[in-house]
Amino acid sequence: MSATTANQPLEFFVTEDPHAAHGDHGGDHAEHHHETGTMLGFWIYLMSDCLIFGILFATYAVLGGNYAAGPAPVDLFDLDLILISTSMLLFSSITYGFAVLRMDKGDLNGTTIWLIVTGVFGACFLGLEIYEFNHLWHLGATPMASAFLSSFFFLVGTHGLHVASGTLWLIVLLVQLRMHGLTHANKRRVMCLSLFWHFLDLIWIGVFTLVYLTGVLL
Amino acid sequence: MSADTHEGGHGSLKSYLIGFVLSVVLTAVPFWIVMGDVMDNKTLAVVLIFVLGGMQMLVHIHYFLHVTIKAEAGWQVMSMGLTILLLVIVLSGSIWVMFNLEENMMPAHEQIERVRNLP
Repeated sequence: MSATTANQPLEFFVTEDPHAAHGDHGGDHAEHHHETGTMLGFWIYLMSDCLIFGILFATYAVLGGNYAAGPAPVDLFDLDLILISTSMLLFSSITYGFAVLRMDKGDLNGTTIWLIVTGVFGACFLGLEIYEFNHLWHLGATPMASAFLSSFFFLVGTHGLHVASGTLWLIVLLVQLRMHGLTHANKRRVMCLSLFWHFLDLIWIGVFTLVYLTGVLL
Repeated sequence: MSADTHEGGHGSLKSYLIGFVLSVVLTAVPFWIVMGDVMDNKTLAVVLIFVLGGMQMLVHIHYFLHVTIKAEAGWQVMSMGLTILLLVIVLSGSIWVMFNLEENMMPAHEQIERVRNLP
């Protein structure tokens, strides 16, 4: 065991010992054990993130009707734009799924291409969001204008920041994939980002339902 | 390879496509309801788009996030259950309390009249 670890290149994280649970369990079982630690930990991080979004949703639900004689959702939101950015995020979800499927087949180039497509969709979403925020700002609909706009920018902006960090992570992951190929650690990273990316799409469902559609309807 | 397929559940092409088609439908319908202005009853329309949004969330959890009862020896679904419980308490609690507060802090016209007519 020490001979195999000595031959591996220097890595800047704690490597997981693939044979840690080998002694008392079967080989198949051990295979499960060393993977689950990171994935479950990342899942619990996502759940805590979900609580942050839950609190922001609660804030918006409470304050979203206080316009302070300022603009209301129906004056501000352009649903055509929101429909386009929603489909951008939805397309990026399915293309990420394709990337994971290519990874399962051991196809590095296929994984890279689908991840790049995912990143492009993510960047389009971010571009549309920046355009929307900039547009609102020029109309005078700033976070300072009313409680509705404060909670709106806080909720949608936090989601946008998450998408921006996800896109940054995607770029770093692409570099890692090109440098080291489909190693065990890289596969795990792809699966973690997969959870993160699909989770952000899930949060966006709540955003467009509560903020945009309900806002324009009422 | 066989260990990979049921480990954490990476899904198959078929399951991703089913999830995608369902998501497209569940996105298109609420946007159509609001943008097409198809319903006269606003309350019913809001309830409908929330139900459709909730359904789309379930579709994402099942087809994209691959949450199953067996994954991670049940801890994945357990932590999600706790999160949902906390979310329900935070969301319903905040909305309920703040709605009550608003009702009582901002007296409507008839409430002012009632106070005025007190003996």
